[in-house]
Amino acid sequence: MLLIACPWCGPRDEAEFHYGGQAHVAHPDDPAALSDEEWARYLFFRDNPKGLFAERWSHAAGCRRWFNAVRDTATNEIHAVYRVGEPRPVNS
Amino acid sequence: MTADPVADSVAESAAGFVIGRRSPAAAYSDRFAAASAGGAIRLAEIPFLTHLNVRADPASPAAERIGTALGVPLPVEPGVVTEGGGLSVLWLGPDEWLVVGPDGAARELRERIRGAAAGEHVSVVDVSAQRTTLVVAGERARDVLAHGCALDLHPREFGPGRCAQTLLARTGVVLVAKEDGFWVLVRSSFAAYAAEWLLDAVVEYTAVECRG
Ligand SMILES: [Zn+2]
Repeated sequence: MLLIACPWCGPRDEAEFHYGGQAHVAHPDDPAALSDEEWARYLFFRDNPKGLFAERWSHAAGCRRWFNAVRDTATNEIHAVYRVGEPRPVNS
Repeated sequence: MTADPVADSVAESAAGFVIGRRSPAAAYSDRFAAASAGGAIRLAEIPFLTHLNVRADPASPAAERIGTALGVPLPVEPGVVTEGGGLSVLWLGPDEWLVVGPDGAARELRERIRGAAAGEHVSVVDVSAQRTTLVVAGERARDVLAHGCALDLHPREFGPGRCAQTLLARTGVVLVAKEDGFWVLVRSSFAAYAAEWLLDAVVEYTAVECRG
Protein backbone atom coordinates (compact mmCIF):
# COMPACT_ATOMS: atom_id res chain seq x y z
CA MET A 1 0.00 0.00 0.00
CA LEU A 2 1.33 3.40 -0.96
CA LEU A 3 1.09 6.36 1.35
CA ILE A 4 0.27 9.31 -0.89
CA ALA A 5 0.43 12.88 0.37
CA CYS A 6 -2.56 14.78 -0.96
CA PRO A 7 -1.44 18.41 -1.35
CA TRP A 8 -4.57 19.42 0.59
CA CYS A 9 -5.19 16.63 3.12
CA GLY A 10 -1.73 15.24 3.79
CA PRO A 11 -0.68 11.58 3.76
CA ARG A 12 -3.47 9.09 3.06
CA ASP A 13 -3.83 5.46 2.06
CA GLU A 14 -3.51 4.65 -1.61
CA ALA A 15 -7.04 3.17 -1.42
CA GLU A 16 -8.43 6.71 -1.13
CA PHE A 17 -7.02 7.72 -4.51
CA HIS A 18 -7.88 7.29 -8.14
CA TYR A 19 -5.14 7.17 -10.75
CA GLY A 20 -5.34 9.54 -13.70
CA GLY A 21 -2.38 8.72 -15.93
CA GLN A 22 0.33 10.97 -17.28
CA ALA A 23 0.24 14.61 -16.20
CA HIS A 24 0.85 17.71 -18.30
CA VAL A 25 -0.69 16.32 -21.49
CA ALA A 26 -1.86 19.53 -23.13
CA HIS A 27 -5.16 19.55 -24.97
CA PRO A 28 -4.56 20.55 -28.61
CA ASP A 29 -5.37 24.18 -29.34
CA ASP A 30 -7.31 23.32 -32.48
CA PRO A 31 -8.38 19.66 -32.46
CA ALA A 32 -10.16 20.02 -35.81
CA ALA A 33 -6.86 20.86 -37.49
CA LEU A 34 -5.23 17.57 -36.44
CA SER A 35 -4.88 14.51 -38.61
CA ASP A 36 -6.39 11.29 -37.32
CA GLU A 37 -2.92 10.09 -36.40
CA GLU A 38 -2.12 13.27 -34.45
CA TRP A 39 -5.46 13.07 -32.64
CA ALA A 40 -4.87 9.40 -31.80
CA ARG A 41 -1.44 10.30 -30.46
CA TYR A 42 -3.00 12.91 -28.19
CA LEU A 43 -5.69 10.54 -26.99
CA PHE A 44 -3.86 7.26 -26.57
CA PHE A 45 -0.07 7.64 -26.60
CA ARG A 46 1.62 8.12 -23.26
CA ASP A 47 5.15 7.96 -21.95
CA ASN A 48 6.08 4.76 -20.15
CA PRO A 49 9.35 5.54 -18.40
CA LYS A 50 11.27 3.42 -15.95
CA GLY A 51 11.96 6.04 -13.32
CA LEU A 52 10.44 9.43 -12.55
CA PHE A 53 6.99 9.97 -14.02
CA ALA A 54 4.69 12.98 -13.50
CA GLU A 55 1.14 11.68 -13.21
CA ARG A 56 -2.31 12.76 -12.14
CA TRP A 57 -4.08 11.47 -9.04
CA SER A 58 -7.47 12.26 -7.59
CA HIS A 59 -8.14 12.12 -3.86
CA ALA A 60 -11.40 10.36 -4.64
CA ALA A 61 -12.37 9.32 -1.10
CA GLY A 62 -11.11 12.54 0.47
CA CYS A 63 -11.22 16.11 -0.76
CA ARG A 64 -11.97 14.88 -4.31
CA ARG A 65 -9.33 17.16 -5.85
CA TRP A 66 -7.05 16.26 -8.72
CA PHE A 67 -3.37 16.90 -8.22
CA ASN A 68 -0.04 15.86 -9.70
CA ALA A 69 2.61 13.55 -8.29
CA VAL A 70 6.07 12.59 -9.45
CA ARG A 71 6.49 8.87 -8.82
CA ASP A 72 9.40 6.60 -9.53
CA THR A 73 7.81 3.81 -11.51
CA ALA A 74 10.59 1.40 -10.53
CA THR A 75 10.46 1.95 -6.76
CA ASN A 76 7.01 3.54 -6.24
CA GLU A 77 8.70 6.27 -4.25
CA ILE A 78 6.78 9.52 -4.59
CA HIS A 79 9.23 12.38 -5.02
CA ALA A 80 6.83 15.31 -5.14
CA VAL A 81 3.16 16.21 -5.03
CA TYR A 82 1.83 19.54 -6.29
CA ARG A 83 -1.50 21.17 -6.99
CA VAL A 84 -3.06 21.55 -10.39
CA GLY A 85 -1.73 24.69 -12.04
CA GLU A 86 1.57 24.56 -10.18
CA PRO A 87 4.69 23.72 -12.21
CA ARG A 88 6.49 20.43 -11.80
CA PRO A 89 9.15 20.88 -9.10
CA VAL A 90 12.56 21.15 -10.75
CA ASN A 91 14.38 18.51 -8.76
CA SER A 92 11.86 15.74 -9.29
CA MET B 1 -66.41 -7.79 1.97
CA THR B 2 -62.86 -7.52 3.31
CA ALA B 3 -61.07 -4.20 3.50
CA ASP B 4 -58.27 -3.52 1.04
CA PRO B 5 -55.36 -2.29 3.19
CA VAL B 6 -53.69 -0.52 0.28
CA ALA B 7 -56.82 1.36 -0.62
CA ASP B 8 -57.38 2.17 3.06
CA SER B 9 -53.93 3.72 3.39
CA VAL B 10 -54.44 5.72 0.22
CA ALA B 11 -57.74 6.99 1.54
CA GLU B 12 -56.07 7.95 4.79
CA SER B 13 -53.41 9.92 2.93
CA ALA B 14 -56.03 11.74 0.96
CA ALA B 15 -57.63 12.67 4.25
CA GLY B 16 -54.42 14.36 5.41
CA PHE B 17 -52.45 11.44 6.89
CA VAL B 18 -48.84 12.54 7.37
CA ILE B 19 -46.25 9.97 6.39
CA GLY B 20 -43.61 9.70 9.13
CA ARG B 21 -39.87 10.13 8.58
CA ARG B 22 -37.53 7.28 9.30
CA SER B 23 -33.81 7.92 9.76
CA PRO B 24 -31.36 5.58 7.99
CA ALA B 25 -30.09 3.95 11.21
CA ALA B 26 -33.38 4.04 13.13
CA ALA B 27 -33.54 0.24 13.23
CA TYR B 28 -30.29 0.17 15.25
CA SER B 29 -31.29 2.36 18.19
CA ASP B 30 -31.86 -0.59 20.54
CA ARG B 31 -28.61 -2.32 19.64
CA PHE B 32 -26.71 0.98 19.88
CA ALA B 33 -28.18 1.48 23.36
CA ALA B 34 -27.23 -2.08 24.41
CA ALA B 35 -23.66 -1.64 23.14
CA SER B 36 -23.40 1.64 25.04
CA ALA B 37 -24.55 0.16 28.37
CA GLY B 38 -21.03 -0.72 29.58
CA GLY B 39 -19.81 2.87 29.37
CA ALA B 40 -16.56 2.29 27.48
CA ILE B 41 -18.31 3.05 24.20
CA ARG B 42 -21.31 5.07 23.24
CA LEU B 43 -23.00 4.49 19.88
CA ALA B 44 -25.98 6.52 18.74
CA GLU B 45 -27.52 8.15 15.73
CA ILE B 46 -28.29 11.85 15.53
CA PRO B 47 -31.04 11.74 12.90
CA PHE B 48 -32.13 14.40 10.46
CA LEU B 49 -29.41 17.00 10.94
CA THR B 50 -29.39 19.67 8.27
CA HIS B 51 -26.48 19.34 5.84
CA LEU B 52 -25.82 22.06 3.29
CA ASN B 53 -23.04 21.72 0.75
CA VAL B 54 -21.53 25.13 0.00
CA ARG B 55 -19.04 25.89 -2.75
CA ALA B 56 -17.39 29.25 -3.19
CA ASP B 57 -14.01 30.78 -3.90
CA PRO B 58 -12.45 30.90 -0.40
CA ALA B 59 -10.73 34.21 -1.23
CA SER B 60 -13.90 35.90 -2.47
CA PRO B 61 -15.84 38.58 -0.59
CA ALA B 62 -18.85 36.24 -0.83
CA ALA B 63 -17.05 33.58 1.24
CA GLU B 64 -16.36 36.14 3.92
CA ARG B 65 -19.94 37.41 3.86
CA ILE B 66 -21.26 33.83 4.15
CA GLY B 67 -19.10 33.34 7.23
CA THR B 68 -20.45 36.53 8.72
CA ALA B 69 -24.04 35.56 7.91
CA LEU B 70 -23.58 32.15 9.52
CA GLY B 71 -21.76 33.60 12.50
CA VAL B 72 -19.05 31.01 11.79
CA PRO B 73 -16.20 31.61 9.34
CA LEU B 74 -15.72 29.14 6.49
CA PRO B 75 -12.51 27.33 7.46
CA VAL B 76 -9.76 27.67 4.86
CA GLU B 77 -7.28 25.26 6.43
CA PRO B 78 -7.73 21.64 5.30
CA GLY B 79 -9.49 19.36 7.77
CA VAL B 80 -10.67 22.12 10.10
CA VAL B 81 -14.15 22.58 11.60
CA THR B 82 -15.48 25.92 12.80
CA GLU B 83 -18.37 25.90 15.25
CA GLY B 84 -20.80 28.34 16.79
CA GLY B 85 -24.47 29.09 17.29
CA GLY B 86 -25.45 25.45 16.87
CA LEU B 87 -23.71 25.20 13.51
CA SER B 88 -20.61 23.29 12.45
CA VAL B 89 -18.85 24.18 9.22
CA LEU B 90 -16.67 21.35 7.92
CA TRP B 91 -13.85 21.83 5.42
CA LEU B 92 -14.46 19.34 2.61
CA GLY B 93 -12.15 20.83 0.02
CA PRO B 94 -10.36 24.07 -0.87
CA ASP B 95 -13.63 25.55 -2.18
CA GLU B 96 -16.18 23.26 -0.54
CA TRP B 97 -17.78 23.10 2.89
CA LEU B 98 -20.50 21.20 4.70
CA VAL B 99 -22.66 23.33 6.96
CA VAL B 100 -24.23 21.12 9.63
CA GLY B 101 -27.16 22.49 11.59
CA PRO B 102 -30.20 21.34 13.53
CA ASP B 103 -33.11 19.47 12.02
CA GLY B 104 -35.42 21.74 10.07
CA ALA B 105 -32.93 24.56 9.54
CA ALA B 106 -32.22 23.90 5.86
CA ARG B 107 -34.51 26.46 4.29
CA GLU B 108 -33.56 29.32 6.59
CA LEU B 109 -29.82 28.55 6.35
CA ARG B 110 -29.97 28.27 2.59
CA GLU B 111 -31.67 31.64 2.30
CA ARG B 112 -29.13 33.20 4.65
CA ILE B 113 -26.22 31.87 2.57
CA ARG B 114 -27.86 32.87 -0.71
CA GLY B 115 -28.47 36.35 0.63
CA ALA B 116 -24.84 36.63 1.66
CA ALA B 117 -23.68 35.38 -1.73
CA ALA B 118 -25.53 38.33 -3.29
CA GLY B 119 -25.29 37.07 -6.85
CA GLU B 120 -21.64 35.99 -6.70
CA HIS B 121 -20.64 32.57 -7.99
CA VAL B 122 -21.68 30.41 -5.05
CA SER B 123 -23.47 27.06 -4.89
CA VAL B 124 -25.67 25.98 -1.96
CA VAL B 125 -27.27 22.54 -2.06
CA ASP B 126 -29.38 20.90 0.64
CA VAL B 127 -27.82 17.44 1.01
CA SER B 128 -29.44 16.61 4.36
CA ALA B 129 -30.83 13.33 3.10
CA GLN B 130 -27.49 12.21 1.71
CA ARG B 131 -25.93 11.24 5.02
CA THR B 132 -26.90 10.48 8.56
CA THR B 133 -24.79 11.15 11.63
CA LEU B 134 -23.55 8.33 13.83
CA VAL B 135 -21.91 9.09 17.16
CA VAL B 136 -18.94 7.02 18.31
CA ALA B 137 -17.95 8.22 21.76
CA GLY B 138 -16.53 6.92 25.01
CA GLU B 139 -12.98 6.19 26.10
CA ARG B 140 -12.49 3.44 23.50
CA ALA B 141 -13.95 5.41 20.58
CA ARG B 142 -10.54 5.89 18.92
CA ASP B 143 -9.75 2.18 19.24
CA VAL B 144 -13.05 1.25 17.64
CA LEU B 145 -12.57 3.58 14.68
CA ALA B 146 -8.97 2.43 14.27
CA HIS B 147 -10.29 -1.02 13.41
CA GLY B 148 -11.32 0.32 10.05
CA CYS B 149 -9.75 3.73 9.52
CA ALA B 150 -6.17 4.38 8.44
CA LEU B 151 -6.03 7.95 9.75
CA ASP B 152 -3.93 8.81 12.76
CA LEU B 153 -6.70 9.50 15.26
CA HIS B 154 -4.42 10.51 18.13
CA PRO B 155 -5.70 13.75 19.71
CA ARG B 156 -2.41 15.41 18.74
CA GLU B 157 -3.27 14.84 15.06
CA PHE B 158 -7.04 14.60 15.08
CA GLY B 159 -8.38 16.36 18.15
CA PRO B 160 -11.63 18.28 18.55
CA GLY B 161 -12.17 20.71 15.71
CA ARG B 162 -10.72 18.42 13.04
CA CYS B 163 -12.60 16.66 10.26
CA ALA B 164 -11.66 14.40 7.37
CA GLN B 165 -13.30 12.73 4.44
CA THR B 166 -11.84 9.26 4.49
CA LEU B 167 -12.67 5.57 4.46
CA LEU B 168 -14.08 3.70 7.44
CA ALA B 169 -14.33 -0.03 6.79
CA ARG B 170 -13.95 0.84 3.08
CA THR B 171 -16.97 3.13 3.24
CA GLY B 172 -16.67 6.82 2.44
CA VAL B 173 -17.37 8.88 5.55
CA VAL B 174 -16.86 12.33 6.92
CA LEU B 175 -15.21 11.91 10.28
CA VAL B 176 -15.54 14.79 12.75
CA ALA B 177 -13.72 14.98 16.09
CA LYS B 178 -16.00 16.61 18.67
CA GLU B 179 -15.24 17.50 22.28
CA ASP B 180 -17.13 14.43 23.48
CA GLY B 181 -16.46 11.88 20.76
CA PHE B 182 -16.67 11.46 17.02
CA TRP B 183 -19.32 12.04 14.43
CA VAL B 184 -19.33 9.61 11.53
CA LEU B 185 -21.29 11.11 8.66
CA VAL B 186 -22.18 8.17 6.46
CA ARG B 187 -24.29 7.99 3.34
CA SER B 188 -27.85 6.88 4.01
CA SER B 189 -27.57 3.79 1.83
CA PHE B 190 -24.41 2.73 3.74
CA ALA B 191 -25.79 3.52 7.20
CA ALA B 192 -26.96 -0.02 7.93
CA TYR B 193 -23.60 -1.44 6.84
CA ALA B 194 -21.71 1.11 8.94
CA ALA B 195 -23.96 0.39 11.94
CA GLU B 196 -23.41 -3.36 11.62
CA TRP B 197 -19.67 -2.84 11.26
CA LEU B 198 -19.50 -0.58 14.32
CA LEU B 199 -21.56 -2.99 16.42
CA ASP B 200 -19.13 -5.74 15.47
CA ALA B 201 -16.05 -3.58 16.11
CA VAL B 202 -17.19 -2.63 19.63
CA VAL B 203 -17.78 -6.19 20.80
CA GLU B 204 -14.37 -6.53 22.43
CA TYR B 205 -15.00 -3.38 24.50
CA THR B 206 -18.58 -4.16 25.47
CA ALA B 207 -18.90 -7.93 25.82
CA VAL B 208 -17.15 -8.40 29.19
CA GLU B 209 -20.34 -9.07 31.15
CA CYS B 210 -21.41 -11.75 28.65
CA ARG B 211 -18.35 -13.97 29.11
CA GLY B 212 -19.34 -15.94 32.14
ZN1 LIG C 1 -7.23 15.46 -0.35
